[in-house]
Amino acid sequence: MSKSYRDGLPISPEKFVDQLMRLKRGSIGRRDFLGLTGLGIATAVMARELGIMPTPAFAAESLGDRMSIATWPNYHDPQTFENFKKDTGVAVEVNVFGSNEEMLAKLQAGASGWSLFVPTNYTISTYKKLGIIEPLEMAKLPNFDGTQEDPRFTSEGTIDGATYAVPKNWGTTGFAVNTKKLTKPMTSWKEFWDTAMAEGDSRTMVHDYQLTTIGNALKYYGFSFNSLKQDELAKAEELLLKVKPHLFAVSSDYQPGMRAGDAWMTMCWTNDGAQLHRDIPDIAYVLGKEGGEIWTDFYAIPKDAPNKPAGYALLNYLMNPQVAVKEHLANGAPSTDARVNKLLPKEVLDNPILYPAADLLTALEFGAAATLTDPGRAELMARFKSA
Amino acid sequence: MHGNILRKNLVTALLLGPATVWLVVFLVLPFIAIAVFSVGERAPEGGYQAAFTLAQYANLPARATAFWNTMLLAPVGALACLLVAYPVAYYLALRAPARWRLILLALVVIPFWTSLLMRTYAWMYILGGRGIPALLAYVGIEDVRLINTPGAVLLGIVYGYLPLMILPIYVSLERLDRRLLEASADLGATPLSTFLGVTLKLSLPGVMTGFSLVMILLLGEYLIPTLLGGGKVFFIGNALVDLFLQSRNWPFGSAIAITLVLVSVVVLIAANRISTRVSGARQVDLI
Repeated sequence: MSKSYRDGLPISPEKFVDQLMRLKRGSIGRRDFLGLTGLGIATAVMARELGIMPTPAFAAESLGDRMSIATWPNYHDPQTFENFKKDTGVAVEVNVFGSNEEMLAKLQAGASGWSLFVPTNYTISTYKKLGIIEPLEMAKLPNFDGTQEDPRFTSEGTIDGATYAVPKNWGTTGFAVNTKKLTKPMTSWKEFWDTAMAEGDSRTMVHDYQLTTIGNALKYYGFSFNSLKQDELAKAEELLLKVKPHLFAVSSDYQPGMRAGDAWMTMCWTNDGAQLHRDIPDIAYVLGKEGGEIWTDFYAIPKDAPNKPAGYALLNYLMNPQVAVKEHLANGAPSTDARVNKLLPKEVLDNPILYPAADLLTALEFGAAATLTDPGRAELMARFKSA
Repeated sequence: MHGNILRKNLVTALLLGPATVWLVVFLVLPFIAIAVFSVGERAPEGGYQAAFTLAQYANLPARATAFWNTMLLAPVGALACLLVAYPVAYYLALRAPARWRLILLALVVIPFWTSLLMRTYAWMYILGGRGIPALLAYVGIEDVRLINTPGAVLLGIVYGYLPLMILPIYVSLERLDRRLLEASADLGATPLSTFLGVTLKLSLPGVMTGFSLVMILLLGEYLIPTLLGGGKVFFIGNALVDLFLQSRNWPFGSAIAITLVLVSVVVLIAANRISTRVSGARQVDLI
């Protein structure tokens, strides 16, 4: 209830006497009264609870006045949440995460406080197994239309016929190159790793993420992105240890370095690639021709969500194609929903970063749940980072 | 008489009660939980499952590099802080005009009110390609890279922990009896030997407090090396974050955390011993 910088200072004798006399007369300023008694906040809260300030469209079900979503950096149009608040009165607190493992760790520890979160395809079966998520009540999501979704990208949200998660968007994991600094055209992961040790020395970034960093090192030799084979992983480790001294950074937060021109090349997800290319046309996005990762991010609701009604309301809101199209324009990742694709401008659909050529896509693999939770891969990553 | 003692004990208990509850709930219980985790096993999907094994402790050598890097970073970082902090504290306590002293002290402390994360991010931009290197390019020095270097990490550490070093040294210098300096000069000592024999020696408790305070915090540091060093050098703090958040191996992470606490205790005891022996006084009690 701090009103000005003067509030914390000791009161002057004159002012004290003044205030005392005023109180003695039984007079008190409205602001002082509300502030002193806390009635100001109470009135505001009561107004909402009693419906004096109506929450249109959702007046029937109590949505509360706040909820929390866990998601990825640069992933939403901030206006989406502002509009949602305007429509429903629910303020959305956005928690940003760096990896699925962090999200999983937080949910596993309990009481994450999220009413909606954005897991990637390969984690959903694990969440189901651990009993952290339940099947969605599809009746509460009238805006979602399964027949309009491309099953190629969305199948992992459904397990044993029950829908546990609905898709947000899909994408790929390639690499971004500053073509002004590294002029030789590149098309493969082999070139990525070789360049990192040559022209790209001390200017290359890899993810702080075992799935993609180890997976793309495996691709150097043409092994599966998801390989758990000892001898193949040993080869990948050998490559990573050789590259390590040449790296600029091991970090999944690569946009600042690329934008500042400190880093010239980085492993990169579609949406970041699209954002970087949009703002700095010299930065190109490349998919390794050996293959690599394709992924879909989903929306799911935790079993212990503190505000499930608001979670469903926001999810349904986000499934509205008119809302979703703005999200896609803001974050740059391609949509799984035919209704949204119809609304996207032609130059977006023609953008090869977002909608790559079919032959590049066929080589890509979805990350596997076993790859994510494999302790051997985790230890490999730790050895790479501590080398 | 008897009732009086009882009442006194009751008052003492009431006064200490809240602090005790706080300590037990937020310090002792979590520590016990971590100790229990550390003798358990990693569940197949990650996390913790009950067991009684010392396998996690036997596995400590798998993070030997992280321990080694930390054991190097902590004293080197603390020493760098000390070298910058001592002259500042000396000036503040013994040379600065009295009416400026409070303002200068405030200037030391005020940046500390902002989160370390924010301040480190600010350094990321200052040292990054659009900061100082852009200025250097303007005067013709091209392609300088400052960010993600060991120098950037050291700079971040000195900047981040400086107040914690300055304040205890300032406190011990400020208490210094000036008559001792006069006495030393009267007895024919040079300014240098007065400084070494009197000022430095008597401020040693403050130095040791600052040093051990900064060093213990540096033992768990991971933010600055990640943001300003590019995550290329791996410290215990990074290992802990990885084990709890990425590979979700809570038991191994707990064993490392327990070991780290034990190391910190040893550092504290050693610092106290050294300062008691050299100056005959204990550390300034700030912690």
